[in-house]
Amino acid sequence: MAIRPVFDSPEEAVSDIFDGASIALGGFSAALGCPINLLRAVAGGSARDLTFIGNGVPQGATGNPEQPFFVVPPERVRKVICSFPAAATTRRGVSPYEAAFAEGTTELELVPQGTLAERLRAGGAGIPAFYTPTGVGTQFEKGKEVREFDGRKYVLERALRPDFALVKALKADKLGNLVYRNTARAFNPPMAMAAKVTIAEVEEIVEPGEIPPELIVTPGIYVHRLVLVQGRQP
Amino acid sequence: MTIEKDRLPRELIAMRVAKELQPGYFVNLGIGIPNLVADFTPPEKGVIFHAENGLLGIGRAQEVGKIEIPDMMNAGGQPVMPIPGAWLMDSAESFAIVRGGHLDVAVLGGLQVSEKGDLANWMRPGRAVGSVGGAADIAAGARQLFVAMEHTTKDGEMKIVRECTYPLTAVGVVKKVFTDIAVIRVDSSGLVLEEVAPGWTPEEVRALTEAPLAVSPSLREIDLTM
Repeated sequence: MAIRPVFDSPEEAVSDIFDGASIALGGFSAALGCPINLLRAVAGGSARDLTFIGNGVPQGATGNPEQPFFVVPPERVRKVICSFPAAATTRRGVSPYEAAFAEGTTELELVPQGTLAERLRAGGAGIPAFYTPTGVGTQFEKGKEVREFDGRKYVLERALRPDFALVKALKADKLGNLVYRNTARAFNPPMAMAAKVTIAEVEEIVEPGEIPPELIVTPGIYVHRLVLVQGRQP
Repeated sequence: MTIEKDRLPRELIAMRVAKELQPGYFVNLGIGIPNLVADFTPPEKGVIFHAENGLLGIGRAQEVGKIEIPDMMNAGGQPVMPIPGAWLMDSAESFAIVRGGHLDVAVLGGLQVSEKGDLANWMRPGRAVGSVGGAADIAAGARQLFVAMEHTTKDGEMKIVRECTYPLTAVGVVKKVFTDIAVIRVDSSGLVLEEVAPGWTPEEVRALTEAPLAVSPSLREIDLTM
């Protein structure tokens, strides 16, 4: 059976993230479904020239109202592909990414949220590109093929196949099958599908069979490494 | 330009929008005024609200500090309860619902709406970075798109225009605009004024609207009874 390795620490689980790697960061926001421990390990590491793919910028919630967020330093991030570069969650202090995008030191590829989710799902499903009605007639169609089907225009969007996905789940079994807590699911499942290496931080690891097959949300075939983290994230 | 007359508060704009929602509709609400529409939709109407982060069946708000169900949030990051029969999904499936035309109505806020039904609602010009979030998908995908917003900006700039000058969210998608002084339908031939706030005349609404505004033969006052 394809028992998944359980790493002793988030740092060990992400230690082979290399310079120039693309990383999909799961969840919906810094405080919802974000694999905070894995992200903190990347933030504390030394890999550079990274590309982050996520709903927002690579930042996680700390639970500390004085310093509500930590980030992967933008100096080590070449590019961010996301839908919320100016996140509402940064209103307690401007995210350093806003300045990095404005100055062009980190490249921003702004993507409508549904297009981002489908680019990942398609990447995981072996579909290299797809047509979507989102973005027709707007800046989001710039440089892309626009084609008419049945009298309506659609934009051709390319799939994403990140090198790594960092995902957060409530529970895993030893085969890597995952379930999520409520709306913490969000981008985690399509990212797990899309990445070449998917690393999941989970709050509990159980024996195979303990999660009933019909309740498994992400099958372990998409999940390559597990890290057990104690307690619920902020 | 300004006209010194009472305008509807945000809550009454939301209340008017809520009357458009038919029993059993599936509806997505954007942040701001649209989000208030749920407060004026009685549960017995059976309208089901969708949060694009992955919840179909948003119920009442949860009190921060007294969280009953953790990690159960709407797309604005506010803790909410699920209704009985609610369904959780991932982002890809959530936007399949959005893009696939499964939502009866979406209500979004607006910075500008054009006479052709174009919507600009995610970035003011001059800002370096704007967040489009799910707005472009929702605007393109909902079967009917309503916009709920103030008729003019705080500085008196017109928001219902001939051509949007702000970055576009989607083109030719807005069906109706609900403001603090009017309800306007987007027709193939242009904008039609259907309702005015109490005390307002069509001429006064026109004076605050850059795009040409036809007046419906059945023009009426916005009904403010619950």
